[in-house]
Amino acid sequence: MGKIEDLVTINGEGYQLTTLDKAIGLARANSVWPLPFATSCCGIEFMATMGSMYDMSRFGMERMSFTPRQADLLIVAGTISKKLGPVLKQVYEQMAEPKWVLSVGACASSGGIFDTYSVLQGIDRIIPVDVYVPGCPPRPEQIIDGVMNIHKLVKKESLRRRYSEEYKHLLKEYKIEVTNENND
Amino acid sequence: MQEKLKYKNQENLSKETIDGEIATINFGPTHPATHGIFQNILQIDGEKIISSEQTVGYIHRAFEKLAERRPYNQITPITDRLNYCSSPINNIGWEMTVEKLIGAEIPKRVQYMRVIIMELARIADHLICNSVVGVDAGALTSFFYPFSEREKIYELYEEVCGARLTTNIGRIGGFERDFNETFHTKLKSFLKTFPKAFEEFNSMLERNRIFMDRTKGAGPISAERALNYSITGPNLRATGVDYDVRVSEPYSSYEDFDFIIPVGVNGDTYDRFMVRQEEIRQSLRIINQAYNNLPEGSYKADLPEFLLPPKEEVYNQMEALIYHFKIVMGETELPVGEVYHAVEGGNGELGYYLISDGGRSPYRLQFRRPCFIYYQAYPEMIKGMTISDAVLTLSSLNVIAGELDA
Amino acid sequence: MTNEDIYKRISDHFSSYIIASDETFGILNIEINPNKNTEILQWLKEDSILQFSFLTNIAGIHYPDSTEREIAVVYQLHSWRNNSRLRLKAYLSIDNPTIDSIVHLYNGANWMERETFDFFGVNFKNHPDLRRILNEDSMDYFPMRKEHPLEDATREDKDDRFFGRF
Repeated sequence: MGKIEDLVTINGEGYQLTTLDKAIGLARANSVWPLPFATSCCGIEFMATMGSMYDMSRFGMERMSFTPRQADLLIVAGTISKKLGPVLKQVYEQMAEPKWVLSVGACASSGGIFDTYSVLQGIDRIIPVDVYVPGCPPRPEQIIDGVMNIHKLVKKESLRRRYSEEYKHLLKEYKIEVTNENND
Repeated sequence: MQEKLKYKNQENLSKETIDGEIATINFGPTHPATHGIFQNILQIDGEKIISSEQTVGYIHRAFEKLAERRPYNQITPITDRLNYCSSPINNIGWEMTVEKLIGAEIPKRVQYMRVIIMELARIADHLICNSVVGVDAGALTSFFYPFSEREKIYELYEEVCGARLTTNIGRIGGFERDFNETFHTKLKSFLKTFPKAFEEFNSMLERNRIFMDRTKGAGPISAERALNYSITGPNLRATGVDYDVRVSEPYSSYEDFDFIIPVGVNGDTYDRFMVRQEEIRQSLRIINQAYNNLPEGSYKADLPEFLLPPKEEVYNQMEALIYHFKIVMGETELPVGEVYHAVEGGNGELGYYLISDGGRSPYRLQFRRPCFIYYQAYPEMIKGMTISDAVLTLSSLNVIAGELDA
Repeated sequence: MTNEDIYKRISDHFSSYIIASDETFGILNIEINPNKNTEILQWLKEDSILQFSFLTNIAGIHYPDSTEREIAVVYQLHSWRNNSRLRLKAYLSIDNPTIDSIVHLYNGANWMERETFDFFGVNFKNHPDLRRILNEDSMDYFPMRKEHPLEDATREDKDDRFFGRF
């Protein structure tokens, strides 16, 4: 056994924590607080998904968190223009770890039919995306499927992912500053 | 940004304020109460709004430039994304613009079918606006209630075109298929159940003391100012001006139907809400009339250059194959001309100003987008109001980001 | 009131300012002297017979091939009293596309003119706040002019060959 300071800086998870990981993942996955960044048409389909017919609250997601500080999942629904790009990036940076991004619709994923001078060709050019939902706009069933995929990711995600070299490298690629380093 | 926030007449204003202090707050671009991406920089004194400045263009997608590169048939999907709460009106308005240019004769059945679809779209549009007004006044129930009814309108669209929201409904010259049996069944049951559900939603808010106190007098505009701002649609009618494109320049056989144009008095949020509610009832009346008198005949006009021929003809007849190829490759040429066509969209006069130089795509296509025009009156409407009134006014104006920024 | 009557009444007052006129799909088109647009629009708004007091929209058009008349500014007016529409056109040179603003007549013209400036670079004289509206302030060209491509020239992720463009 080394000194206690050495233990804190070990990057892998300990033997006992692996099972705890699963329990926490399950809890996290069933209480995701989404931040709807709904800009255009997909936003209306997202509203339909929230509505009484499709009912997102079945998955513990009816609590819309409009402040990025308390949100877990950023749902980008709709066209993001170049003018809006910095705003979206700032919203993403303000979110606390752990955070996931769901890109709803063709416009957010790739620019869609708007291959024009003013539209950002996919939000993955400015922020990392976890799940893409295709469609123009996607049906509520598709959005729910995307959310289910997010839940799968959340369930198996390691508690220490944010300290991994891989993750740091990803954020560095997007020129997003890594905050709260080793500050658990 | 901070430079822009500076208020021009800081000295003059500080004398009028209560404690001599003006705060600048940023309302948007992502704010839970804006229902879309709108930025308003508000100058507030306490809770009173002294002035505001809007920034628009956050979802500018260059529709007009895009339309210059597209064949005529492929412009219909672009119009979907203008006012996406009532996309069938935009689609059919664009189709009618092209039909006007080529001088097509449209069968009566198609016109009635279009009226049914357009009025369904108007109901969907007004429902979403009014339910959101309810949400902003603090009643979330008024959002969940109409939304389950609204899904039924989506199902009706699905039977006609296969899509829910961005419908791309109809073609230049008619429809791609006739109303099918499921549509008839679903429409009949919709017409039977919707009025009851709608009146239930209405009774939740119409004479609700809290709702009336919140909305009466919030964000008013006079008829004179509204006309100066070129406001059209329900927001103009709420001020008492009975201008409606369906009546002043009837298109698609609107002259055959009996309906009234509801008008308000004060032009405030409550009047806008009430005008929209009454328009939903009138739309139902129109649908009933059109559906009960639906003429027999073809569901499309005789326009082989614009409407795809049946597949068996494409495989067996030379002529049909050529037309099929021309339509799919976007090689249909239009006559030279300059045409303006307006329809009564969900938010007002939706105009298409099309200039054709005889090519395969428009030389210039301008959309008269009612949202873009009336949203500039917003600072005047919320001046002297509180922030909560500003939120209500914004949602009752029904500013749709896609239409605003094109 | 027919279009002939409207044309006659306008030409009685402004015969020297009218350059050309025609009629397309029931709407009268009148080409006016670009220096006199405010005068004509004000008279049309205040005239008790015509009452063209509603501004439907303002559109810009770019004709790169017609020299000295490259940019057109189109005003569409609507007279609700007579239920007739009217289109006024003013052609400007691309070197100096300047025309008087009509914001003092119609408040609604404010954003329409800003949009036309944003897309075509038309300078509206005496406009209270003429700056870009839909595009970013840092944009250095006027995107709706015909010589500019639709797509963003700097994008790298899309291969034009796969989108039917060469």
